[in-house]
Amino acid sequence: MLPEIAQCCLDLMRISKFLVGCVIAWGASVLHANPADLKIETAATRVVSMNLCTDQLAMMLAGPGQLHSVSYIAADPRASAMVEEAKGYAINHGLAEEIYLMQPDLVIAGAFSTRATVAMLRRLDIPVVVFDPAYSLSDVRARIMQMGEVLHRQPQADAMVAEFDARLARLQAEVEARPRAVLYYANGYTSGPQTLAGQILTMAGFGNAAEERGFETGTKMPLEVLAVTNPDVVITSQPYPGASRSEDILAHPVVRSLRAARGGASITDHDWVCGTPFVLRAIERLASQRAVMTGEGE
Amino acid sequence: MRLLTGLSVMVALLFVASLLVGPAGIGPGESLAALFAGDRGPLTLVMREIRLPRAMLAVMIGGSLGLAGAAMQGYLRNPLAEPGLIGVSGSAAFGAVLAIHTGAAAAFALALPVAALVGAGLGVLIVMALAGPRGTSLTLILAGVAVSALAAALTSLVLNLSPNPFAANEIIFWMLGSLADRSMTHVWLALPFMVIGWLLLSRLGRGLDALTLGEDAAQAMGIRLQHLRLGLVGGVTCVVGAGTAVAGAIGFVGLVVPHILRPWVGAHPSRLLWASALGGAAMVLAADIAVRMILPERDLKLGVVTAIIGAPLFLHLILKLRQERI
Amino acid sequence: MTLLSVSDLSVSLHGREVLRDVSFEIGTQELVGLIGPNGAGKTTLMRAALGLLPFEGRSTIAAMPEDARAKHAAWLPQAREIAWPVTVETVVMLGRIPHVSSVQKPTEADRAAVDEALAQMDLADMRQRPATQLSGGEQARVLIARTIAQQTDLLMADEPVAGLDPAHQIATMQSFKALTAKGKSCLVSLHDLGLAARHCTRIIMLGQGGLVADGAPSQVLTEARVAEIFGIAAWYQDTDQGPIFQPLDVVR
Repeated sequence: MLPEIAQCCLDLMRISKFLVGCVIAWGASVLHANPADLKIETAATRVVSMNLCTDQLAMMLAGPGQLHSVSYIAADPRASAMVEEAKGYAINHGLAEEIYLMQPDLVIAGAFSTRATVAMLRRLDIPVVVFDPAYSLSDVRARIMQMGEVLHRQPQADAMVAEFDARLARLQAEVEARPRAVLYYANGYTSGPQTLAGQILTMAGFGNAAEERGFETGTKMPLEVLAVTNPDVVITSQPYPGASRSEDILAHPVVRSLRAARGGASITDHDWVCGTPFVLRAIERLASQRAVMTGEGE
Repeated sequence: MRLLTGLSVMVALLFVASLLVGPAGIGPGESLAALFAGDRGPLTLVMREIRLPRAMLAVMIGGSLGLAGAAMQGYLRNPLAEPGLIGVSGSAAFGAVLAIHTGAAAAFALALPVAALVGAGLGVLIVMALAGPRGTSLTLILAGVAVSALAAALTSLVLNLSPNPFAANEIIFWMLGSLADRSMTHVWLALPFMVIGWLLLSRLGRGLDALTLGEDAAQAMGIRLQHLRLGLVGGVTCVVGAGTAVAGAIGFVGLVVPHILRPWVGAHPSRLLWASALGGAAMVLAADIAVRMILPERDLKLGVVTAIIGAPLFLHLILKLRQERI
Repeated sequence: MTLLSVSDLSVSLHGREVLRDVSFEIGTQELVGLIGPNGAGKTTLMRAALGLLPFEGRSTIAAMPEDARAKHAAWLPQAREIAWPVTVETVVMLGRIPHVSSVQKPTEADRAAVDEALAQMDLADMRQRPATQLSGGEQARVLIARTIAQQTDLLMADEPVAGLDPAHQIATMQSFKALTAKGKSCLVSLHDLGLAARHCTRIIMLGQGGLVADGAPSQVLTEARVAEIFGIAAWYQDTDQGPIFQPLDVVR
């Protein structure tokens, strides 16, 4: 699934809001006006994270006992890459009241977290840091560094970034044939090259066929555009539990026949959703699927 | 007769136009050639699996809504009766949502239309029971508001309880309706029920004409009101249920079309039935072309267009009725 | 020939007995006036006789199948309902419904019946006007024309002349009379006892939950009965200009 949309949906599940578009628009404009660059003088000792992606970064970087609670989505195996780790923390549902009662000295939220909750916590004099989502692989590095700074764990963050860079460099092998692929998700969304998912796709040795049609970012690609783009591979996300109309499109005869005639692949959301080192695992898996497809066996 | 011919020509032209409009940017000649060529190329795929079912559903659903609107208005002798406004579409959507999110629709394809049919049937029965045999505008609208609100609330509840993160956003589709990304599967899923509904509704003409003079007079003229009522409830349930199951609740079609066409058929309830079916098909085809022309990149919902046309007319009708009777 | 036979008919509405053991017959060429004070059950009697209300007892037309009944007896309800702005001609054509499968394809006979009914009710020059735009009295005439166009042996009308001007009241009664000349019969409920006395061949008086009297106007409209059932004193005389009944005063 498209990372930013997925993250947004997952955040929204808590509050049952359905006007995603509006929330994204407001969220983006309003949150940038907030003091995201809040300086924390001393290392926080009781941190609560209320966003899936900050949950995972915080679990990876926090010192012993420093992180108190993560969001309940971190424990959802569909969305989270760190389900086991999340069991070691208190679970929150992103509600101002419950977070306040945890008496945190720092709250970490995502750009898609409810504005009202963030504003409420700030009114209660709890410092809140808001993380933007990662839209590219370089954003992943930036978020790791930001988390290191916020948690006063810069050395660990530096080490993680160094390892990330090294693994990424190893993956940057030249490929001969780039199968033309389209990432296609529920509601007909696709990820252009200017998205984290798009970069994962390119790094794994695919050509992003959405780009041919002028899709640069994450937007809806009409089904008939997908059909005439006629990609070599249609890569879809695996359906979530509990059926939905939105995912019906992935079973549409057009998508089915493209996948049957040419090729298809599925991705597991939890490695793709967030800008964490897990995206490397996503690249590795997708690259090996490509190798099987093109017969370049590894 | 001339009116029906004119409307048929209009539907045919809009049907072809609907086949030629789409974001893929294919020329008209090329499109039609691809529709008839069986080469399974991408263009054929676009024409046969995307545009053809879309245009067919527009005709089927538009015709159904027009027909259902005309029939309900004839029966209740009230020009405000419309499946969307009085909550029948909303309750059908609730049935469909239940079928999808309980997994019944995935296990058994027919569960989707059947559940929507049950929802629609309950909606019709509740509204007719609340509004009474000769519903005044006031009781009819109040009953409709209550049923719509309840259906919308229950639909939201089911969607919010779903473990699927996409479900919560789908209320927009169910409330406003859309023909985007439908396939032939949906055509076949809806068609049998709609045909039954059309047959049931098409047999009501004589009874609806007689009802112009009231129930007593109609009954004394040999109309079996019980049969008429059954036919109406069954027919509206079938066409609205099946249509909503595949395309969501598209409002105002059954209000606007009979209202515009009534003077053209001399206000005859029976002649209005088929004229409204054709008119409804034309309106939904046109609205569906409009959503693709106005905002081709966004998934503009069909109900937005029909409501923008229909809501002002609805207000106008209320004003007019207030002057005459209520 | 008997066109309607009602025997021992009793009707209860909302748990209250409205009519009890009413029996009468209507033969051919009769113009029967059904009279009685408010609430005496005139409408109830006619609706029950038609089978539009549940009742106990027997009514020959209620026992008929719907289609046959519709060709035998026409019914003009008291509520003058015309739901859509259809033309006068269309409303009258609706009376042909029992005879055709669809009013869309009328035959010559249907057209002739409509023309005749329109002419009888003095409506020929407004046949193309929307019926909903007419005055109340005009609408009443249109609806009477509809029942005439139904061309049944028996015509039952619930207060057909209410709201009509004197000329049209008289003309309407004369139209009913004209029907009886063709061997048909009419059962007409009336509040105007003067009209009833003057035009009806026979009067059925309802009151006190049942049938009070049934016979020729002069036999039914006796001083004592009018005082007891209607609570009025009246002047009644057969003059050389026909019978004249004029209510004078309230006696209760």
